[in-house]
Amino acid sequence: MLMVQASLDGILLGILFALIAYGMALQWGVMNIINIAQGDLVILGGYIAYTIYLWGIHPAWGVIISPIIMFFVGWGLYKLVINKVVDRDLFISILATFGIAIVFQQLMNFIFGADVVVAQSEYGTTMLFDNSVTLPNSKIFSAFISVLYAVALVIYMKKSRLGRAIRATAQNARAAKILGVDTEKVYAATFGINAALCGIAGALISITLTLHPYVGLPYTVRSFMIVIVAGLGNLPAVAVSGMGLGLFEEFADYILGTEFRIGAVFMLLVFILVYRRFKLSKKREYLK
Amino acid sequence: MGNIKQKDLILYSGLIILGLAAPYLFSAFKVQLTYLCVLIVLAMTWNLQGGEMGYNTFGNILFYGLGMYLTASVQVGMFFPLAEWTESGGEKTFVHTTAQYFQGIGVGLLVSAIVPAVIAGAIGYAILGLRGHYFAICTLGLGIAAGEIAGGIEIIGAGQGFTTPPFPAEIVDTEARGKFFYFLSFALLIGTFVFVKYIYGSRFRLILNAIRDNEDKAEAMGIQTMKYKIVGWMCSAFFCGLAGGIMGGLIGYIDSTDVAFDGREMGVFMVLMAILGGKGTLWGPVIGATLFHFFKEGLWTLILGWQYVALGVLIVVIVVYFPEGLMGWLREKYPERFGEVIDEKDRKAQVELK
Amino acid sequence: MNKIAKLFVTFISAITLALVSFTSSFAKVEGEYIVLGSAISLTGKYSSNGVHTQNGYNMAVDRINKMGGVEVQGKKYKFEIIYYDDESNPKRAAQLAERLIKQDGVHYMLGPYSSGLTKAIAPVTEKYKIPMVEANGASRSLFTKGYKYLFAVLSPANQYLEVAIDLAVEKNGGKGVKIAQAFEQDAFSQDVRLGILDAAKRTGSEIIIDDKLPKELNDMAATLAKVKAVKPDVLVVSGHTKGALTAIRQISEMKVDVPMLAMTHCDAAKLSKQHGKKSEFALCASQWHKNLSYKDKFFGSGKKYAKDFQKEFGYDPPYQSAESSAALLVFKDAFERANSFDRDAVRDALVDTEMQTFYGNIKFGPGGQNVAKPMILFQVRCKGDDCENRVVAPTKWASDKFYHPIPKWSERS
Repeated sequence: MLMVQASLDGILLGILFALIAYGMALQWGVMNIINIAQGDLVILGGYIAYTIYLWGIHPAWGVIISPIIMFFVGWGLYKLVINKVVDRDLFISILATFGIAIVFQQLMNFIFGADVVVAQSEYGTTMLFDNSVTLPNSKIFSAFISVLYAVALVIYMKKSRLGRAIRATAQNARAAKILGVDTEKVYAATFGINAALCGIAGALISITLTLHPYVGLPYTVRSFMIVIVAGLGNLPAVAVSGMGLGLFEEFADYILGTEFRIGAVFMLLVFILVYRRFKLSKKREYLK
Repeated sequence: MGNIKQKDLILYSGLIILGLAAPYLFSAFKVQLTYLCVLIVLAMTWNLQGGEMGYNTFGNILFYGLGMYLTASVQVGMFFPLAEWTESGGEKTFVHTTAQYFQGIGVGLLVSAIVPAVIAGAIGYAILGLRGHYFAICTLGLGIAAGEIAGGIEIIGAGQGFTTPPFPAEIVDTEARGKFFYFLSFALLIGTFVFVKYIYGSRFRLILNAIRDNEDKAEAMGIQTMKYKIVGWMCSAFFCGLAGGIMGGLIGYIDSTDVAFDGREMGVFMVLMAILGGKGTLWGPVIGATLFHFFKEGLWTLILGWQYVALGVLIVVIVVYFPEGLMGWLREKYPERFGEVIDEKDRKAQVELK
Repeated sequence: MNKIAKLFVTFISAITLALVSFTSSFAKVEGEYIVLGSAISLTGKYSSNGVHTQNGYNMAVDRINKMGGVEVQGKKYKFEIIYYDDESNPKRAAQLAERLIKQDGVHYMLGPYSSGLTKAIAPVTEKYKIPMVEANGASRSLFTKGYKYLFAVLSPANQYLEVAIDLAVEKNGGKGVKIAQAFEQDAFSQDVRLGILDAAKRTGSEIIIDDKLPKELNDMAATLAKVKAVKPDVLVVSGHTKGALTAIRQISEMKVDVPMLAMTHCDAAKLSKQHGKKSEFALCASQWHKNLSYKDKFFGSGKKYAKDFQKEFGYDPPYQSAESSAALLVFKDAFERANSFDRDAVRDALVDTEMQTFYGNIKFGPGGQNVAKPMILFQVRCKGDDCENRVVAPTKWASDKFYHPIPKWSERS
């Protein structure tokens, strides 16, 4: 039963990770930047949901309100800083977004306090197998919403004008520009969409896990990991590797002990990178 | 090094005299000065990877933390059972005699220099095969994982931390401890500087630069790039380990994620300082670290609570607007001062290419 | 090179000049002020508790100054505190302690928040023979090191939940119980764990789950699933506010049935407010509760302190604030009895401290810990949606009976 419990927990958690990772893949593919502040955008999104919860609105509405606000936060962030690091060395973007992450953490600390906070969804719990496996409905809800948004986004990317422009820019920014795509706007929109995805994930985290200004980085690393395993712009692969990561975490928790859980995630990152490096080096190539 | 110019000689001897006199001139600032020495060492060694080799590592903190734990463990383990020292958060008290303390820290520092270098050599082949940002993220992960794992190991104190041996009580002078650690770190600084300066005058640096500029071409030229990358990393690990060992003794209390594998602070600071001063130069990291440290110590307490916002903004401003650093800016402005004869047309062409 | 070198030398000498002019040391007592120093966590992971601590200090400073200040050798002095932000980082804390002592000339220190940071600062204050009264470093190992200048107004961490195990054994008819425990990987929580280990040995109880939680903990589903499978008599969780909130959230979601749930940091986490009825029956260790009957002339009773604190800072004081306020009362008392500003005289006066404050009796044991005050346990109890912390142990102050066992989730509305 423990195994069933762990697997279900892992998969539900993994779907949430996949949503964050999808945002990461999007901006990486389109703008060629790595955003260390990804996790902090998630947490900020969570705090938005928490704020509306404090106002007496059910926190589940956060999955609609939070992405809207976060879209503009992302847009603003792009105009302020990110537009200056697109087209430059990736390391510049890593460091610059690291700086942004620090600012975000500290500002969230000022605004919301360093206390751990939670929003209550009061969704209850689903019991399986005679009460021995429990699934919080909030987790099922969060997985469902994640899938819903991901599917909606894929359709939007395929059908809408902006979506096509984004995909064109990702394929070849220069060509897209020549053909009349306003790449500047596309970049801003992409970063905005990414932030909105983070907002949704954050709102879901506020009702399933806990929020704290300084827990962003593990989310960044997880999404980075999912992206390098799945590749850019491959949504099914992102979903699968997200769930894989969730499973890995839960089982690492059982087998190695909870104290090594975060350590195991980071070690897995190292191992995946090294594994891929050796695999590619046989062909005398390297990770690009 | 017989070709040191007279002016340089004056400069260096002046700096050394200043360094030696500093703990007496600014007695109250000894700890900050020790930090400064260690920060300069970290920035200079980071510069070997990030600046000269083009491998932007966040992983040097791994060696720093390793050195810290190793020095303390050896210092304790030589004379007392380590497990009992750290048991229950260090409840039992063992007292080092003066001789034991200094022997312990001596051997500890030796170990903390060698072991990280060996580890860098061992993992170097796997890790240094990654390039660019993959290398950066991988080393970031390595540093954080090390902290999390160290926090789970009982014998080095796990989550309760490791209290390093206190300075021998037989030495009554309250200033002795500060002086000891200052001179230790100053010696390390001089050692590192001499070594890095030696590298700057050697063929090794040219190879590292070749790797930075185009690794594939360097390889095609017949350079065994991997070998040099590993050696370069081992050199950094050697000095980072020593720096960590000294800091561990100075701070007196080692916590896995906040003191030893402190990627969030030290790990980022070393990158920032090198970039601030100008990476790929000898003096850049030194100046960067000095500026950064004075800025931090001077302004930090004035903006109580806001210092991290200031730090974040500083990082963004430096890397976005100032990626070449102070030395890079000066070099752009006065190339002839750097002994560079640059064809004006060529320079312009390069700027356009960028 | 020449130009650069010149620039660098100019820079260095400018800094040198600046430093020399800056090294004007402050006095320990300036005019009518007694200057205390404290490194406190205003940013970083401990910042909420750091602010509770700071508020506690400030509250007491204001009150003491307003009520006439400290009288030494017939002259009235006021307290003043120099604060630095230690960023919740032991390295920074140690450095700042050094700075307070060497550069700001502080001769008396107040403690930081958390055991880890106190562990980092204590060697520094000890080296310079600076008396430090601390209110938030509970780790037992602080008091076995033979520190002579460290005084803690609080009970050591290992005592936090020992009483809870005793209670459980008592309810079990004196027989040993099965304990499941999960503690965060930090100095304080691990010390609470040591207390439980001792209590288990003493009572013949058995520890069946012994998990450690990472510092970035936000999910302990794995531990709880194990708890569900093995059905212990007592579940003990400690991990600052984060641990308390995460535990309650997941226990209620996973419907983990345990007869007894013991925790720390419930009041700092505002458990009864954030989780409401879900947190009912949780048993919490605390250094202080406002309903206790201690009294002093500065704050009156605990209830009055709570009211004044509420008025000043807008929230109910957690025990972290109360104990910090008490630290100042101890200092005042020691200064007056020493009737001098000599550090060793003050230190000797501190050793002889025996007083009652609104926070509890204070008397320091040989290691510097407070031996005169027991820990208390309260239980979260709800009436409708209104939840409150009720003291249940020790019986002297109990305002409510200890409710045991916790009803199963299926029976709770």
